[in-house]
Amino acid sequence: MDHLDRLEAQSIYILREAYKKFGKLGMLWSIGKDSTVLLWLAKKAFFGHCPFPFIHVDTTYKIPEMIEFRDRMAKEYQLDLIVHTNQAAIDEGMGPDKGRLVCCKALKTDGLQQVVTNYEFEGLILGIRRDEEGSRSKERVFSERTKDSEWDYTNQPPELWNQFKTDFPKGNHIRVHPILHWNEIDIWAYIEREKIPLVDLYFSKNGKRYRSLGCAPCTGQIESNATTVAEIIEELKNTKVSERAGRAQDQEDSYAMQKLRKDGYM
Amino acid sequence: MGAAREVLNIVVVGHVDHGKSTVIGRLLYDTKSLPEGAIERVKRISKEKGKPFEYAYLLDAFEEEQKQGITIDTTQLQFRTALRDYVIIDAPGHKEFLKNMISGAASAEAALLIIDANEGIQEQSKRHGYILSLLGIQKAYVLVNKMDLIDYSEEKFNEIKQDMNEFLNNLHVYPLKYIPISAFYGENITTKSDKMPWYKGEPILAAIDLFEKEKGLEGKPLRFPIQDVYKFDHRRIVAGRIETGTLRQGDTVLISPSNKMTKIKSIEYWADRDKTDIVYAGMSVGITVEDEFFNQRGEFIVHPEAPPLVADTFKANLFWMGKKELVKNKEYKLKLVTQEVECEIYAISKAIDATTLATVENASQVKTNDVAEVIIKTKRPISFDEFKNNQITGRFVLVDGYDVSGGGIVSGLVTEVQTISKFAQADLQLLVQCFDEYYFILSEGNIRKLEGRPRTFKVNDIIPVAGKTYEYPESFDLLDVKARVAARIRNCKLQAVLPLGDYQLESLPVLDHRGFLIRVHSQQEYQTFLKEVEALADWNDKRASQFAARWFDFSKYRTIGFTGNLDWADGDYSI
Repeated sequence: MDHLDRLEAQSIYILREAYKKFGKLGMLWSIGKDSTVLLWLAKKAFFGHCPFPFIHVDTTYKIPEMIEFRDRMAKEYQLDLIVHTNQAAIDEGMGPDKGRLVCCKALKTDGLQQVVTNYEFEGLILGIRRDEEGSRSKERVFSERTKDSEWDYTNQPPELWNQFKTDFPKGNHIRVHPILHWNEIDIWAYIEREKIPLVDLYFSKNGKRYRSLGCAPCTGQIESNATTVAEIIEELKNTKVSERAGRAQDQEDSYAMQKLRKDGYM
Repeated sequence: MGAAREVLNIVVVGHVDHGKSTVIGRLLYDTKSLPEGAIERVKRISKEKGKPFEYAYLLDAFEEEQKQGITIDTTQLQFRTALRDYVIIDAPGHKEFLKNMISGAASAEAALLIIDANEGIQEQSKRHGYILSLLGIQKAYVLVNKMDLIDYSEEKFNEIKQDMNEFLNNLHVYPLKYIPISAFYGENITTKSDKMPWYKGEPILAAIDLFEKEKGLEGKPLRFPIQDVYKFDHRRIVAGRIETGTLRQGDTVLISPSNKMTKIKSIEYWADRDKTDIVYAGMSVGITVEDEFFNQRGEFIVHPEAPPLVADTFKANLFWMGKKELVKNKEYKLKLVTQEVECEIYAISKAIDATTLATVENASQVKTNDVAEVIIKTKRPISFDEFKNNQITGRFVLVDGYDVSGGGIVSGLVTEVQTISKFAQADLQLLVQCFDEYYFILSEGNIRKLEGRPRTFKVNDIIPVAGKTYEYPESFDLLDVKARVAARIRNCKLQAVLPLGDYQLESLPVLDHRGFLIRVHSQQEYQTFLKEVEALADWNDKRASQFAARWFDFSKYRTIGFTGNLDWADGDYSI
């Protein structure tokens, strides 16, 4: 087995644990490369089936190509897709002009919380990775959240020998992170190897491309001529800029992501 | 993609201030694994603060950079040599250190244990040594640091080596190498130190390349624990990860512990590139079998010629990290690969304070952060292996309430669960109650008996002739007249166990198996005694009281002690 085989086998194992352990399980699909890889891994884990709903928390500010790709793939893969928007916040005029962190909290964190509450999810699968940013590096594979989605990162039980946290009080839920151990280059190498369909925004047009996808107003492009996956991998090997540098909310203050994530951000 | 480089996980442990951070800082610096400008920045900060530059600060700065200043549970730092990549598992912080260290060390393949040459073996050195032994990490080097403080003395180095070896060997940890270093001055880190010409071994960097990575999980007996069974379409797919061994389409397999045989019909896949007729250790797979009986999660698919152990009672070494103590006879959930079963701690043979290594035999609880040798009894039989034969199917965790609270490794089967002490020789055994203690319980106004810890004494074993409420002679005979077995104790040692028919009265005190003196002073009296025993149907016989009053003397060697509460009488014993 090579490096990617090992990563894949571990992720499939985690996905199957989650499916076995949680009656009400859903997977968050942000349309980005990571959660699209996760979708592919789920197809592998369950032999072509996707035995749980996929959730897209739509802020209404997403880049239009993302929505187009989402609907096309959902049809092709016959996904049970839940699209949810925090409509009350939108109706009150929520947007990045109210403050980026305020907006993220309302449209993403609160939006997600509404889905969890409405559907009574016990388990939520997310495509976050340990190398993305600081607070994600502390995550467990199975990470408990309270009723209000709060995360007590100071007091997490150990994860020994692939024995994950599957016991928790009713009302709490578990965030499951099957690709926590992958890094950005692993993701791209896997996309290349498996030929995973991806939204076009990652590939260079007119000397620019997206490296990380989010809401249109808060996501910047990078200078790049990479038009293929192989070129992207080559580019990443030589970069000194962090992956989420183009994500404006991270830059609000140095603990922005930790604050957001403590309250339930993905 | 080129050929994947080998990765080795190393845990670095050591007492606080023995130089762990300096060693790691050095390794990162000397292998050029630090981010650009880190060293300049740390030098500048040190200068601004008026402190001398230290490699230990590099580690802090690096972690800071990586984690944006958030205190962290386990850090993974990477560096590479020409041979392979290394991941250093470090567990910073002092609070709940053990829990973090175990989380990290559980995935380590090799260990570096650091000792301060000047201070020698300290509390934590012992504790860490013990954890390594519990986790079964056998590939370990001891780094004797701060050699500069003892003038690079070979003699002192050898003293420490001897002390540490003595300690670790007791734990069945046998360090492969001892390396004298000065991390601060960079001696024996990347190149051989000229300060210690007497040291003939390698510097750290060359030495770690000599750790042999565990290979050949594919070659071990097949262990394929069932994770789940899917029926999404016409196929009934048994899914799981092959933990060890290799499985081919068409193989005859045994399903354990239900003990059913079948054949592998197909190996399933979704993406075309995953089509195969052979799967091996590490792969998450799905198969179909020819006979579709009720397979369930937890069962092992194995080859019939190499089955696992199946039992409901086994011995284990355990480390406890729970918020509450581990308590004997309490129910816990045991998870061993995909098996989950209720269990109880049947006995705590030894509870060990992980700091002092003070042991309590037959304890009733294990404190947080301590370790223990226990006997576990599961509600139903499960499949497993001894840890030394298969690390993955030989380890388990215990869940208390909602949390994983302990981890353990299976050290063996329990051939027999003992509840009473006995003297044994070959097939003969004499069950004894002479080590029980009697107390007048002041709080209750009652006399009660504390049962002695169950033990088996073999010929030449020392017999504890003096207890708190009894004191037997150094030489005596002991009889169980109803079971018709006798034993000879000479000079506090068990000399023989024999059938009562072969027993000859000598001129030594004769005791009943409960510790009462039997009033026989001559062959004649002994024969009379035997006849009266024969005449008694059992101890319910109406004549028993009279018989006992005539022949038994309770208080010759025994007395009744006082205690306020039976729990206080002796922690070593249980009722």
